[in-house]
Amino acid sequence: MTSDSPGAGITFYHILMLFASLSLMSIGGGNTVIPEMHTKAVNSFDWMTDKQFADIFAISQAAPGPSVLIVTLAGYKAGLDCGTPFGPVMAQVLGLLGALLATAAMMIPAGILVFLVARVWESAKDSAIRHAIEKGFAPLTVGLVLASGYVMSRTADHDWRAYLLTAVCTGIFVTTKTNPLVVVALAGVLGYLNLV
Amino acid sequence: MSEEGGQKPETGNRKPEKEVSPSQVSAFRPQVSLFELALTFNHIALASFGGGLSAWSREVVVVERKWMTEEEFLSALTMCRILPGANQVNLAVFVGNKMGGVPGAFAAIFGLTLVPVLIVLAMGYGYFAYNDVPALGSILKGAAAAAVALTLSMAIKTGQKCLGSPVAIMLFLAIFVLNGLLRTSLLHCLALLAPLSLLWGWPRKGKEAE
Repeated sequence: MTSDSPGAGITFYHILMLFASLSLMSIGGGNTVIPEMHTKAVNSFDWMTDKQFADIFAISQAAPGPSVLIVTLAGYKAGLDCGTPFGPVMAQVLGLLGALLATAAMMIPAGILVFLVARVWESAKDSAIRHAIEKGFAPLTVGLVLASGYVMSRTADHDWRAYLLTAVCTGIFVTTKTNPLVVVALAGVLGYLNLV
Repeated sequence: MSEEGGQKPETGNRKPEKEVSPSQVSAFRPQVSLFELALTFNHIALASFGGGLSAWSREVVVVERKWMTEEEFLSALTMCRILPGANQVNLAVFVGNKMGGVPGAFAAIFGLTLVPVLIVLAMGYGYFAYNDVPALGSILKGAAAAAVALTLSMAIKTGQKCLGSPVAIMLFLAIFVLNGLLRTSLLHCLALLAPLSLLWGWPRKGKEAE
């Protein structure tokens, strides 16, 4: 499957163009372009199988940091394949380059846009629109945060024990000043012991 | 309920400490080195093991470091959701720019992503070399339950501060039902509710009854 893969130049061009365009299309967050990413990475460019795409999605969700790092793994796999004919070392080198290119391509175009908006925001300190956004969007954001907590808790393996743990931890976070990291780590230990 | 924000400060009976105007907020900009910015976002990223990155960002940026006020942070978060790009990367750019301009934005992005990229790559290497996800599943399940809790507690804590009037509560409930329960896309939710919330939040010239 690697012998008939396109050359590294073409692959890297595809990585750059795909993720730079997804970067500007991802209105509402990185997860909104997952379907399009899947179509291109699996069906158009043949970088990986359906199963592999689902697995790197799971890895990127689980790992610390922004879940958009799925693009790091997609770029890694694309580079890995076009380096494989040249031996295992070359495969890892091109994999690493593909990963870095994909990550940069996904972050920089949208990042520039946010930067420009942030600049306007800073210069509009006393404008009515800024007052309106700061006051008016706050209740919406609280609702969206609650919605994302709700959606996260609806994942398949959130059973009654996980709900109980979530409830207890929520109580701790709201009523005490315990360092959240300690609570998350303890919850991880409970998971490791298969108590959750 | 009387401290519910937005009315002009000159309506005499308000407690001044509740009414920090955005201009005061922006003028107050603690000196932060680029390294400290990067380190702070690295801390946020690594703490979010299991999820809850928004809640961790608030915990560190608003509660721990006090780089932003609650309302400033929340409105920035929603703008970062509307703009294209990963929400948390966008937020890093936003906060980084506020604290240190262009170099600050880059420092924040590097801090947020450098170590997570290395971790994801190590996991990806293991996955593609041995065809297996590293055995983290059960730990993650516990950590994820706590991360959900942190996200819920963020909603509770910020809600106590921002949901002081009936209109605010209605906006909050409407977007939760639409986006959380009915799974309406964010764009549709905002197309419907953002104009209403801006209308509600628009500063009024005179002293009107709440």
